[in-house]
Amino acid sequence: MNIEEFIKKLEIEFEDLEKGNLTAQTNFRDIDEWSSMHALIIIALMDVEYEVTVGGEDLSKMETVQDLFDFAQKNRQ
Amino acid sequence: MAFFSINNIQVSGIAAAVPKNKVSNWDYDLLSDSEKKLLIKTTGVETKRIVNKGNTTSDLCYEAAEKIIKELAWKKEEIQVVIFLSQSRDYYLPATSIILQDRLGLSKSCMAFDIGLGCSGYVYGLSVISSIMSATGLSKGLLMVGDISSLTCSKEDKSTYPLFGDAGTATALEINAGTQMDFSLNSDGAGFETIIIPAGGVRNVVNEKSFEVKEVEKGIKRNALNLALNGLDVFSFSVKEVPKSIYAFYEKFEYSNIDFDYFLMHQANKLMNETIRKKIKFDEEKTPYSLKEYGNTSSASIPLTIVTQLQNQVKTKSLNLLMAGFGVGLSWGVSSLPLNKIICPDLIEV
Repeated sequence: MNIEEFIKKLEIEFEDLEKGNLTAQTNFRDIDEWSSMHALIIIALMDVEYEVTVGGEDLSKMETVQDLFDFAQKNRQ
Repeated sequence: MAFFSINNIQVSGIAAAVPKNKVSNWDYDLLSDSEKKLLIKTTGVETKRIVNKGNTTSDLCYEAAEKIIKELAWKKEEIQVVIFLSQSRDYYLPATSIILQDRLGLSKSCMAFDIGLGCSGYVYGLSVISSIMSATGLSKGLLMVGDISSLTCSKEDKSTYPLFGDAGTATALEINAGTQMDFSLNSDGAGFETIIIPAGGVRNVVNEKSFEVKEVEKGIKRNALNLALNGLDVFSFSVKEVPKSIYAFYEKFEYSNIDFDYFLMHQANKLMNETIRKKIKFDEEKTPYSLKEYGNTSSASIPLTIVTQLQNQVKTKSLNLLMAGFGVGLSWGVSSLPLNKIICPDLIEV
């Protein structure tokens, strides 16, 4: 897995966001349309694609797409 | 883990009742159009039913119970166990099941008590009533399950109000040699605050402060008597624990996906349920949902899904269902439910 693939997967899930704007440095909470629904979508994606469980508290400590990716890498089973 | 099997008790009929009053999330003004679209897509809830003021869960369960007793042509005096499972009982005390015993015209020599569970409730309730009947030989029982969540959710809380709908159900059980239901029941009280109505019990007795509305975050205003739901934590819990419990259940009872005709999950929200389904690799076509039309109906969600999505199948075929209930508590359970051409009347609208 590399971060480009990870970003592509996120963009597919966040279908209401404009494509090509998401980078490793993007702070996902700063995305205009960001809502708590997107947090659920991230948790589901991490679980189904990478078998990584992200708790609410874990997510609250993460800010950027890179943070999400690193968490997935570190906790992958 | 609490694994066990109950023998010689069958489910003979399931009925469900919902209020006529339909509310659409497209009309939920707290959200912008794009937010509504995302909410409906993610949660799967487009409309739900809400009771008129003054109506209770027991009113819905009463209608469902009357219907199923009539359709089964049961004599009321034969019913010896009555359980009402709900988190929205009529009174602080006495137990609602006892009031229902009288209202339904059931015998006074009838065991009646309440169980206070939510999302895991249908699986738990079935295990309790079938255990009692199997152990005692009491031949006919009625399990009434449901909730009215519309009363306790704050209308100004986007994290709860759009999700929940009201429903009441009745499941009729009787002794029948040769049937077997298998169960796995679980609890984790460390997560008790994940889904909670903090005030109104004896820990936080109602006072003036209970009614103070606080803005928890943008789009979430509620008081201490309203339901509070930590969506992220309940999501993480469910997608982690439920598949794990299903695998443990499969291992213990030597089941696999192919042993089941349908997978009936508590209708929590679409994204969460689909994540669980994908993780255990259960067929999409065999996983029915009632979320779109009725929302998350708490403990009523599994029987309501059977009545609204599988009515024809359960009436005409012998089926083996896999069921999973999970949520408030935290509490969760997995079970098998064999159904052999049961009585399943049309959904009742009250």
